[in-house]
Amino acid sequence: MKYLCLVYLEEQKLHAVPDTECAACGAGLRNSGLLVAAEALQPVATATTVRVRNGRMAITDGPFAETKEQLAGFYLIEARDLNDAIQVAAKIPPAREGSIEVRPIRELNVP
Amino acid sequence: MQSIDPVHETVNAVYLSDSRRVLATLIRLLGDFDAAEEALHDAFRAALEQWPRDGVPTNPRAWLVSAGRFKAIDAMRRRARFDPLDETRAEADLGIVDPVAAVDPESVEDDQLRLIFTCCHPALAPDAQVALTLREVCGLKTEEIAQAFLTPAPTLAQRIVRAKAKIRDAKIPYQVPSPAELPERLDAVLRVIYLVFNEGYAATAGASLTRHDLSAEAIRLGRLLVDLLPEPEAIGLLALMLLHESRRTARSSPSGELILLDDQDRSLWDRPLIAEGTQLVERALASRRVGPYAIQAAIAAVHAGAPHPAATDWSEIVGLYDLLLRADASPVVELNRAVAVAMRDGPSAGLTLVDAILDRGDLQEYRLAHATRADFCRRLGRTADARASYVRALALTKLEPERRFLERRIAELGG
Repeated sequence: MKYLCLVYLEEQKLHAVPDTECAACGAGLRNSGLLVAAEALQPVATATTVRVRNGRMAITDGPFAETKEQLAGFYLIEARDLNDAIQVAAKIPPAREGSIEVRPIRELNVP
Repeated sequence: MQSIDPVHETVNAVYLSDSRRVLATLIRLLGDFDAAEEALHDAFRAALEQWPRDGVPTNPRAWLVSAGRFKAIDAMRRRARFDPLDETRAEADLGIVDPVAAVDPESVEDDQLRLIFTCCHPALAPDAQVALTLREVCGLKTEEIAQAFLTPAPTLAQRIVRAKAKIRDAKIPYQVPSPAELPERLDAVLRVIYLVFNEGYAATAGASLTRHDLSAEAIRLGRLLVDLLPEPEAIGLLALMLLHESRRTARSSPSGELILLDDQDRSLWDRPLIAEGTQLVERALASRRVGPYAIQAAIAAVHAGAPHPAATDWSEIVGLYDLLLRADASPVVELNRAVAVAMRDGPSAGLTLVDAILDRGDLQEYRLAHATRADFCRRLGRTADARASYVRALALTKLEPERRFLERRIAELGG
């Protein structure tokens, strides 16, 4: 059984917890064999939303999910840049029904 | 008294003609907007010091790119002294660039396209796309853009800062889209250019009907895009803007009153602009890949070709609107088609079409739908209906000259 643990924070508290502490937590979970993948995200202003309707792709700025929509899954992908990530996102099947928020991963700032 | 120094004048001239191209190339070489802007200014500062002493270089643009790049490397090395981890990265980022390839004409032209497509990337907010394009591609100052869009300068500056941060953090690439992506991405660029043009041509708020500088900037952008990427819709948009622009002096009176197409003094229309616009329409239509901008330009060209209103070929215009509805259906296009049908078949035919649009619930809040309905009713002698619709239009308009025009119409209806 896999579980997704989603981290919610107010924007101004994004850096309230030191990155070193998060990195240590991740390393600990990985060593104990409990971790599949963990990443920090860039702020919501960097988000891009991709939708596909009638075979046409629409790209918009921001994380404008419909209020009816709920988080239904996630893909952690490797892409060269945002254009490539958008191409991948458009191929994720639920893009036809809902929307895919593309958010860049933030590298933890640890020495 | 200071005499005018010819070398300083040359530097100024090169700044006007080439600074945006140098910036576009520096962004590619340095991978960062802010570093490129700093390097651009350093390069021109160096030119002001060195050209009077060493003479103006044969290829000033290549000289500036190279000077800007070295200044940026210097700056990165200085910073690296405080942060040794950065040094290797800075060297790797900047060292591999082939200085000849960096300034060869083809990649420099591509740099301008890269810059346009990056500034108009749909992952940026629409108002940020406009601000960034005017700032980076056209070189307007932040204060100038703020003034033109009636936005406080700090708000606009913040918009640009956020857009640049998103380009960096979300890694929006500095590239011309692949052929598969091109149609959608070109649409976004054309939308930005047309928005800038319309903001200058018919302001949606404020006392002045036209803000000429923005329209001129949009036309300059349109020409640049056609030079770099002669796609039919880019040609169509340039034609459309030129044909609108040709009527600028005729469409408002010296006191700023709005003058409708029918009542304009056609001798005031700018003939060279019409000739150029019409030629571009033909070029776009000949491509056989006709889109909404080219069709709208074709409609404007039919108007421009009529020496007086009665000579307008309304059948041709209705036909073009039918084509436009197929390419880009919208209630506003339907409304414009209704006006053309009224001119061809009489106001009663037009009224039927407008009422159908309004009854459907579309365009209820659109002032021109009600003004059009009012005009049809007035011509049919239905004074009470005409007055009701003029009043509705008046309540919806925010533009002072339009308000005065509608008030005049209501007064003319009498009591």
